[in-house]
Amino acid sequence: MKNETDVRIASQRRRQLRPFDARIEEMPLENLEKLQFRYLKKLVYQVYSFSPHYRERMKANGVHPDDITCLSDITKLPFMYKEDLRNQYPTGLVVSLPEELVRYHVSSGTTGKPTVVAYTQKDIDLWAESVARGLTSIGLGRGDVIQISYGYGLFTGGLGLHYGAERIGATVVPASVGNTEKQIELIQDLEVTAIACTPSYLMHLGEVAQAMGVSIKDDTKLKTAVVGAEPWSEEMRRRLYELYGISAYDIYGTSELSGPLFTECTAMEGFHPWGDIVYCEVLEPESHTQMPDGERGELVVTMLQKEGLPIIRYRTGDISAIHHEQCRCKRTHPRIERLSGRVDDMLIIRGINVFPSQIEHTLLGLSEVGDNFMIEVSRQGVLDALMVKVELPQGFSPDKLEDLITIKRHVERELRNSLNVAAGVELVEFGSLPRFEGKAKRVIDLRETV
Amino acid sequence: MKNNAYLIKQISIFSENKPGKLAHVAKVFQDANVNMMSFSIAEAEGFGVIRALVDKPEMAFSSLSKKGIHVAYTDVIAVRMKNQPGGLYEVAAALAEAAVNIEYSYAFAGCHQATLILRVDDIDAAIDIIQKSGAYVLKPEELLCPCE
Repeated sequence: MKNETDVRIASQRRRQLRPFDARIEEMPLENLEKLQFRYLKKLVYQVYSFSPHYRERMKANGVHPDDITCLSDITKLPFMYKEDLRNQYPTGLVVSLPEELVRYHVSSGTTGKPTVVAYTQKDIDLWAESVARGLTSIGLGRGDVIQISYGYGLFTGGLGLHYGAERIGATVVPASVGNTEKQIELIQDLEVTAIACTPSYLMHLGEVAQAMGVSIKDDTKLKTAVVGAEPWSEEMRRRLYELYGISAYDIYGTSELSGPLFTECTAMEGFHPWGDIVYCEVLEPESHTQMPDGERGELVVTMLQKEGLPIIRYRTGDISAIHHEQCRCKRTHPRIERLSGRVDDMLIIRGINVFPSQIEHTLLGLSEVGDNFMIEVSRQGVLDALMVKVELPQGFSPDKLEDLITIKRHVERELRNSLNVAAGVELVEFGSLPRFEGKAKRVIDLRETV
Repeated sequence: MKNNAYLIKQISIFSENKPGKLAHVAKVFQDANVNMMSFSIAEAEGFGVIRALVDKPEMAFSSLSKKGIHVAYTDVIAVRMKNQPGGLYEVAAALAEAAVNIEYSYAFAGCHQATLILRVDDIDAAIDIIQKSGAYVLKPEELLCPCE
């Protein structure tokens, strides 16, 4: 059964909007790949010539820039890790001349040293271009008033969105974070139409507005949100629409890649990374083989035109899947799915990669069980066993065993279909599994390491 | 439903098949001063359903729900049988003949007679058939043994 929210969201998806740069965004894939190869070739020569660190890595891998003869030769190149940026702190990986740099951003190191990313003017321009295309794809442009409620400063969120929003000709309110009541006043007084912030801040903003007696839905012109920097769900998308009348779109990027870079379009079928700016691979995290379209693996990103601090085959640690078919919005560049967790969370069950987020996703789609679950992995003999404990929904009425067995079998079948590996299901009472505030720890791995 | 007076509210409780689960339910009954006249446990694949006939079904239901236990009312019928060979046959045969399906059943025996609890797919028809067969269908207030 579709309710009103679903219908409205579906009609949003069908909106046809003019792209920011149709010549690039709707370029035939074949031509795009030729362009990507040209950029890649240039990039590899550049880093080989100017980055001692990367040259050494290439030599260790037995690869020379001349070996890159087609786009798929990218797989011959060594990976870059977050570790590399940390080890080369502060500017060991910068290849341009110091005077060419126009900005530094620094990501705080929660573990160990921070990382520094350096930008030339071209890097800043392409970053803004990438964000501008994204904002355009969700219907923003001249006449929109965009409040940027990401932090400004060393963090890339605020300035990244800021430059992108100015690029499309929107009016920017650089609110940064905090002082929420003031922000709500500004949203009303300056007739703000869109906001960029984290999902948790948007919910907080809604609650504070309510306490102030302001209805975001009825008393403001806020209709669009660009929401990122934290994972958020489709359920959150529906809630934001229902509670505040806001269409929320996800945005992706990490500081190593520049900052926030890609958004979903109104089709909401994954992010649109711009192929002339980045080359995305989705790899099996252990064997590094390329995953077929639609199958999840680790997102590995090459920044094709970055000058200050080139990024080649950067292991993001984020789980996604790639899709090469043209988007409903007519854009041709390969899309990547919204993130479904981190590689660190990945489980290998009988040789098959399983992400807790897949299990969560499957369970969320089943009305006969609740949302709370735990995953237990053990070894039975030589085989791995995956057991999913899931709560019955609140207010479940038990009577016939048959009904319970039917539920259990159905959940097991659905999990098998989505994970490609058998999972046992244990139905437990509502409220009996642990609740988590912040990051949930839902996996118990009882296997002994071999 | 014309035979409302004969419907007995059974309490059905979901329980994981783990040590202490029955004790937990029994403790809730004790604290609420609810007396069980009969109960059965059906078990499968790591979980079970406890079914109980109690003197205060509403009290039992609310106390269990408050503790977050999954609980439901189920309508069942109680039939008084002679506590002697052939007692069950008469009732079961009459239902079979009328193609009424018994989903599950359990029984308890008092001092002089036995009581059969039936969960059937067509409860109204079942009451008529059993009464016609000559057996006595109990009303909720008749469940307690007269000698208690």
